[in-house]
Amino acid sequence: MNIPHNSLLAMLVIVCLLVIGSLSRFLIEKNNPEKDYTELRQRIQSWWWMIAILFACMSIGQTYAIVLFAFISFLALKEFFSIVPTRQSDRRVIFWAYLAIPLQYYFVSIEWYGLFIIFIPIYIFLLLPVRMVLIGDTKGFIHAAGIMHWAVMLTVFCLSHIAYLLVLPEKNLAAGSMGLVIFLIFMTQFNDVSQYVWGKALGKHKIIPKVSPNKTWEGFLGGMLTITLISAFLGPLLTPLSMALSLFAGLLINVSGFMGDVVISSIKRDLEIKDSGDLIPGHGGILDRFDSLIFTAPLFFHFLYYFAY
Amino acid sequence: MFKRKDLINRILKILFFALLIKPIVFVILGLNIRGKNNLPKNGPAIIAANHNSHLDSLVLMSLYPLSKLHKIRPVAAADYFLTNPFRAWFSLNIIGIIPIERQRRVAKTELFSGCHEALDNGDVLIIFPEGSRGKPEQISTIKKGLFHIVNDRTETPITPILMHGLGRALPRGEALFVPFNCDVIIGQPLTQTKTGNDFVVQLESTFQELRSYCITLNLEQ
Repeated sequence: MNIPHNSLLAMLVIVCLLVIGSLSRFLIEKNNPEKDYTELRQRIQSWWWMIAILFACMSIGQTYAIVLFAFISFLALKEFFSIVPTRQSDRRVIFWAYLAIPLQYYFVSIEWYGLFIIFIPIYIFLLLPVRMVLIGDTKGFIHAAGIMHWAVMLTVFCLSHIAYLLVLPEKNLAAGSMGLVIFLIFMTQFNDVSQYVWGKALGKHKIIPKVSPNKTWEGFLGGMLTITLISAFLGPLLTPLSMALSLFAGLLINVSGFMGDVVISSIKRDLEIKDSGDLIPGHGGILDRFDSLIFTAPLFFHFLYYFAY
Repeated sequence: MFKRKDLINRILKILFFALLIKPIVFVILGLNIRGKNNLPKNGPAIIAANHNSHLDSLVLMSLYPLSKLHKIRPVAAADYFLTNPFRAWFSLNIIGIIPIERQRRVAKTELFSGCHEALDNGDVLIIFPEGSRGKPEQISTIKKGLFHIVNDRTETPITPILMHGLGRALPRGEALFVPFNCDVIIGQPLTQTKTGNDFVVQLESTFQELRSYCITLNLEQ
């Protein structure tokens, strides 16, 4: 177990934030005993679990962390296939789609960047419709092919970029490769939190009332200010990016995190469901928690890959 | 009090569920459970569920802790589960089914004697009132068998459970298992009815109502 200094520090700060969260929850509950805070309690408890599992896997070793992200992709893909319309005749195609996960993450683990980046957009993209043709159910073909490819792109291709951050050559030795993952995940999740807090405090003008009536311009811009500033400060510590580039990385995470959130929201609206699953108490399903990360992961990865590698 | 054979079977059952069934049900499949508090904790009680897959009984049994598994008894067709010796041994001893004759014409008292015995013993019965798995994700006609069981034991609560998604994961006649999240919606116990028809109507409308809590229905438009 060898955790680089800056990454260890970042982990400790995150644990401290969780302790503060748990303590505030405790005090709020104590001061308002008549109210039910079950959801808040579950939410914070789930955060503890998620952080504990992530940090544990990253600390034990790179391979464990890659397996963890592969497993998260599996849960997300399964959840996606469970809520969207699929035909009974697509069962075998969906089975093949699941097989993309071990392969994609295997390419990550052997650092085969070339295949990692084209495997799903080209090979899986072309393979799934061929498998469908062999079954031969043409009623609803276009629709089903579109849904299945979209599912694999969002939950496997996009999310696997987090794992690829771990195998990039270490350019910031004080943070190591896990610094990149901590930076991305922390900034993405903190972006959600700060947009929520700014929106609660100042929110007036709705930004996209048709999709997400709770999202406001004030929340979005407040989040943008917070995240770009924190990012400019944290980026040089956890990533190989300079302060100026980190600022832009923060801006990118802020905007794309927001987009990911509202895109998954639109899917749920279309299906008339509130949560995509039940897996994470207080949060909903995997997609409810990873919605922003689906967008921020590949965009941050390629920003970083272009400027620092 | 235990016979040696029972003890071995119970250990096998616990191992089978702990190492194979529960991981499959909760990790490979994944359940969206609503109304967990409505699940009858102790018998005598009856669970009335819709039936689309062989996984149905295993999923319902997995809702219970390992220590209670031996009290949870699916009622299953003798003409299907007792046909070959291994399947019969496995169904009776590891799953703990109560076999029921679907084809032979026998008196109702004799037909349901196994069920009554189990309920007297404080077990929780799992009954699929449709009688067969039917088409994927569709509820077939509900039969009156269940009504005849509870008719003479009005104190036994019947808890309706609607499952959705298992007909996609492992439908009838398919050997390939494909992972999907499944909804398990547990309703409040049914109220007493006078006739078998009233009972069927009540159960049908309850299933309809529980359906609205499903999140894997894949609604569009």
